[in-house]
Amino acid sequence: MESRFLVLFLIALLATSLGACSRQRAVPASASGQPPVIEPEVERREIEPARIDTEDFEVGIYAGQLSVEDFGVNTVAGAHFTYHVSEGFFVDVSGGQTDTERTSFERLSGAAQLLTDSQRDYSYYNVSLGYNILPGESFIGRNRAFNTSLYLIGGVGKTDFAGDDRFTLNIGVGLRLMPLDWLAVHADVRDYIYDIDLLGQEKTSHNLEARIGVSFFF
Amino acid sequence: MRRWVPIIAFGLSLFAASGWTQERRPEVTVEDPFIELHTGPGRGYPIFYVAERGEKIAVLRRRTDWFQIEVPRGERGWVHIEQIARTLDMEGEPLDVPGFSIDDYTQRRWEVGVQYGDFGGANVISAFGGYGLTENLQFELWIGQALGRFSDSEIVHLNISHLMFPDKRVTPLFTLGAGTINTSPKATLVSTTDRRDSMAVAGLGVRAYVTRRFVFRADYKAYVVFTSRNDNEEVREWKAGFSFFF
Repeated sequence: MESRFLVLFLIALLATSLGACSRQRAVPASASGQPPVIEPEVERREIEPARIDTEDFEVGIYAGQLSVEDFGVNTVAGAHFTYHVSEGFFVDVSGGQTDTERTSFERLSGAAQLLTDSQRDYSYYNVSLGYNILPGESFIGRNRAFNTSLYLIGGVGKTDFAGDDRFTLNIGVGLRLMPLDWLAVHADVRDYIYDIDLLGQEKTSHNLEARIGVSFFF
Repeated sequence: MRRWVPIIAFGLSLFAASGWTQERRPEVTVEDPFIELHTGPGRGYPIFYVAERGEKIAVLRRRTDWFQIEVPRGERGWVHIEQIARTLDMEGEPLDVPGFSIDDYTQRRWEVGVQYGDFGGANVISAFGGYGLTENLQFELWIGQALGRFSDSEIVHLNISHLMFPDKRVTPLFTLGAGTINTSPKATLVSTTDRRDSMAVAGLGVRAYVTRRFVFRADYKAYVVFTSRNDNEEVREWKAGFSFFF
């Protein structure tokens, strides 16, 4: 390994020294010709379009309360990654996690347990499409205005709960408030909808989440 | 330790590069009679300031098709790409701002996307990454998760897509590939063991350029799962979704 690096290094050294030699030889050749009448000393100050900092991505974390049907209201925490396609549309990938409580039935009956501890862990991810439906400004005090946007969001995903993966639809509404140009504060309400047959009969379960988060544009 | 050195160096160089870009803000000169500064990056935000022809403005950042600028008096606002594209750079040339057009789409190399649909009666969510080998051929890696009533499956496959008209806004495509499928029955059923089978896939689809980096794509795929039983299993899949190109 070491010797291979040495060989590469020597080749690189040789190449640069050869380059330097050829340039040294080139200098007298040009000097022997007529000196240029005008020495152009144009300072080029081009701006490259890539220099403009493009901030179409957003990454953030959030925390809130998730009401898991039959299993109590629990503290949820998660993260999301958003790509802003246009001023209207954005695509969001979110993932969150919470621990669920015992059901009322389990508490009253005392001994009966519906789920093991690991099955009580509730986690989800989803891919959603959002639309900024009401962009605007909020005024706080006399001299301060923050850009805000009310958005609708909906998508598909997976919920891992009670030992199974469940296909999950989500719909929601959120408010994005921008205290700084690169920082956003979110307040969201989401409904996660999936079918569950844990209690014998299959039923559609609605799980409401209210959350607050902070995110960064980059 | 030694293997971390290039990574750390690369990270430091990125850090340095980001610092550099923040220091040097590109300056442009207004060439239109005036340009309008909005309070936010969207057409609904009100215009609160107007910069006149000849004023030098600094471009701070870009968000989708909006540019945040600062005028010499210190006001900051957002200008739409249509107006920024008509300003002049230091050389007096029109500023070259990369927009997104059908040309960028036809010259793309990388593509990532997500799709949702039906996999033999189960809901399926898929993500894919593609790399353009030639104008017509695209190499793709797909990862999918099918969530059904009785079982869940994880589907991973590689395929080659052939685009019929890569330079058109809408093009049909054909796919051919192979992969594996991992099936696990639901926990509430009498437990059977998980299965892992290989499979072949053929399909046809359509893709259409929508706007900016946004592409619509729909696929119909037929999978042949080579099971350990006597018969092979055939699964039909319908999916639609969107992707982005880079």
